[in-house]
Amino acid sequence: MAAERKTKLSKNLLRMKFMQRGLDSETKKQLEEEEKKIISDEHWYLDLPELKEKESFIIEEQSFLLCEDLLYGRMSFRGFNPEVEKLMLLMNAKNKAEEAEDETVELDVSDEEMARRYETLVGTIGKKYAKKRDRANYEEDENGDIKQIKTKKMFLKPQD
Amino acid sequence: MAEVVSVMTESPAGGRARAARTVLGQVVLPGEELLLPEQEDEGGPGSAGERPLRLNAEARSQVRVVCGPGLRRCGDRLLVTKCGRLRHKEPGSGGGVYWVDSQQKRYVPVKGDHVIGIVTAKSGDIFKVDVGGSEPASLSYLAFEGATKRNRPNVQVGDLIYGQFVVANKDMEPEMVCIDSCGRANGMGVIGQDGLLFKVTLGLIRKLLAPDCEIIQEVGKLYPLEIVFGMNGRVWVKAKTIQQTLILANILEACEHMTADQRKQIFSRLAES
Repeated sequence: MAAERKTKLSKNLLRMKFMQRGLDSETKKQLEEEEKKIISDEHWYLDLPELKEKESFIIEEQSFLLCEDLLYGRMSFRGFNPEVEKLMLLMNAKNKAEEAEDETVELDVSDEEMARRYETLVGTIGKKYAKKRDRANYEEDENGDIKQIKTKKMFLKPQD
Repeated sequence: MAEVVSVMTESPAGGRARAARTVLGQVVLPGEELLLPEQEDEGGPGSAGERPLRLNAEARSQVRVVCGPGLRRCGDRLLVTKCGRLRHKEPGSGGGVYWVDSQQKRYVPVKGDHVIGIVTAKSGDIFKVDVGGSEPASLSYLAFEGATKRNRPNVQVGDLIYGQFVVANKDMEPEMVCIDSCGRANGMGVIGQDGLLFKVTLGLIRKLLAPDCEIIQEVGKLYPLEIVFGMNGRVWVKAKTIQQTLILANILEACEHMTADQRKQIFSRLAES
């Protein structure tokens, strides 16, 4: 009789909360499973085999830059666009970094020349900051160089 | 050309996979499969029996190989997608780089490429830039050096843009920028007034941009000039006079199929005049 009654009640009715108490565990499980099925049926998913996480040793790269060591695409020659010429040096420096290290640094002014120049400069600048009455102390020699000829006067402590 | 024919008769595309090492510098065809040095032992089907058994097959060193333009990875296999000569660069580390040196005129945007584009439209926040690809690239007005929401760059329709691709794949619209990752222009942006823009093949661009290119070195000695090369095959040149600009453009266009001697002749003739 019990089985007959179950078939009479619809599934939707059995699913209602107040009907749950009277149900035996077996039918309960069955209903739950069905419900799960409905939910999962409504979920969309890609029917794909699981991705094999296999590490590949081939890397794809579609740029020629990496393959051929191409130069920077902007160029200027013989001073047409100084900005671009500076940029060329900068951008192409990466490739030539090793070569550049070997080159010796060329100096615009040699050390000796600089020392000679500063030698005369000491006098010139000294004169500029000297007071008017001290300026007589600076005299130009035959080379046009200015040198301090007299030592500065200073107070001499009298001896008793 | 005779070489091409002989190679084709020997191994039609789709035949048995050839070892990449043995076909370096030779012509490969689309659809062909290549074997990397470490795959050679496994070989194609049928070749396993011929090779001596290797005891340390498990311990063989797996090095990373980069497959460049013209090649595609398909699972563990390496397939050729373009017709041309197979090239290889010795590695700094890893298994080196393989690519196909092909001749083509059609440009396909590649991430990181520097190209010359023409602004075709201004719409709201972006410019549409024609780069010669299948689709115009988009360029945000904020992707210029020093540009802010209030301070828009002065870019008009028809201007030439030298920029770089940040997004370029087969599924999406390509996107350009005119700044590097530090936010500096580094020569990118609107290319100056006047000058002449013309198109050459993509192969010639690569030839001219090669670090030891004689053509460029010779050209640089002629007279003051400026050139911009885009990887999309566009070249912009400018010199002091229109005549000089035209001479320059003609030289660059013509030098693709000239021998070194012919080139020398032309340059000596130019130097005289």
